[in-house]
Amino acid sequence: MHRFANPARFMRVAERLLPWFLGLGGILLLAGLYQGLIASPADYQQHETVRIMYLHVPAAILAQGFYFGMALGSASFLIWKHPLGDLMARAMAPVGAALCFICLVTGAIWGKPTWGTYWVWDARLTSMLILLFLYFGYMALANAFDDPSRGHKPAALLAVVGVVNIPVIKFSVYFFNTLHQKSTLFAEGGPSMDPDMLLALMLMLGALGFLATAMAIIRLRGEMTVVKLRAARHGLNRHDDATQDVKHEETTR
Amino acid sequence: MTGVFLTILKRDLLLTIRQSTDVALVMAFFVVAAALFPFGVGPGPETLGRIAPGIVWVLALLAVMLSLDRLFQQDWEDGALELITLTPAPLPILVLGKAAAHWIGTGLPLIALAPLLGIMLNLTETAYPILIAGLALGTPSLSLIGAVGAALTLGARRAGLLMALLVLPLYIPVLIFGVTAVDAAVAGFSVRPHFLYLGAILLASLALAPLAAAAAIRNAVE
Repeated sequence: MHRFANPARFMRVAERLLPWFLGLGGILLLAGLYQGLIASPADYQQHETVRIMYLHVPAAILAQGFYFGMALGSASFLIWKHPLGDLMARAMAPVGAALCFICLVTGAIWGKPTWGTYWVWDARLTSMLILLFLYFGYMALANAFDDPSRGHKPAALLAVVGVVNIPVIKFSVYFFNTLHQKSTLFAEGGPSMDPDMLLALMLMLGALGFLATAMAIIRLRGEMTVVKLRAARHGLNRHDDATQDVKHEETTR
Repeated sequence: MTGVFLTILKRDLLLTIRQSTDVALVMAFFVVAAALFPFGVGPGPETLGRIAPGIVWVLALLAVMLSLDRLFQQDWEDGALELITLTPAPLPILVLGKAAAHWIGTGLPLIALAPLLGIMLNLTETAYPILIAGLALGTPSLSLIGAVGAALTLGARRAGLLMALLVLPLYIPVLIFGVTAVDAAVAGFSVRPHFLYLGAILLASLALAPLAAAAAIRNAVE
């Protein structure tokens, strides 16, 4: 694993994978949209609104997955001081926050016709909202210091601390018997839904997963460029200072 | 180790007593903010009594949050924090001592004032002991989780606002079980499960928060 901790080597692999992720994500998205909107049947009870699921559930799974990935990257940064882990976490944060937001908004739109309300303070919904706040807090803390490199460690620590929320989200529907339904995907004895619906859900999960990862790679490239620029500018400044010192000495002489 | 803990506890308590206006200000906020609610939601005793536990808990959360800058900010500014980290004693123990002093200086007065707020907001009589016990079990967690937020934002721009964004989401579980305990008591159900949750949160934050806060402090004084 440490072999890929070298940012340049990691980036070479990531750059090679990027077009594949984008292509696969695009193809899966088209297939998933076709399967989800046209080929799969409507629900006997929720009718056509069930199709919101094909965006809602993948976004929810990926929002949690991205947070977990962010925490892992941050932990590896704190433990082994690999800057790559921190850069990955920074690149993933806005993508994960967007997924979390998509999950909450689609959930609200889905909730109105099926539950009769956009929002309830159900345990699952509340813990998902906390996840969005954690994403916001992470991004705010990472950018809150005048010296940008000072924000890395506090933000990484926050990401690791916030991981306590992930099992709370996962088990909230089992511990607290509230409005949000239990998982049908990871239910005992396999997923309990129509195979056509399951196919649509899996296609969309793959599509969103590949596209979100591709976006994170593009953002990672940007983060690395920022770091390189900062290092270059830092070196330049030092160089300027040095030449100025020389000039200063010459004039005083 | 207990010696170091007691030393730092004594030092911070002494500072709290010397700067007792800080404590008084937080307490004044607690009471004045509670006095706003009768104007906001109407002075009907029924309505107020119904939402009183929630108001007391939310205000306790906000009061603790507002006092968090006392934990490390001043020591960080005058350099004392750097000296504290240089002692051979384990830093998490020192953080624990500072958090304990913070709780004695903020949590305890809040608990003492809670019955006054209960009277102001027409809280049901049976709810008082549960509210007090819940606050006693919950506010130490608030100090401990808050120590992590205060340590993380040391030296940040707009540290106070940032701290609110970081700490308040993490306070939500304490708020939920603190309020549901009172609601259960009023409705005649067992309060045991809610208190067990509060106790679990306290034990978890007692074990983990000092470590996280210590790591953040080390980064801040580097």
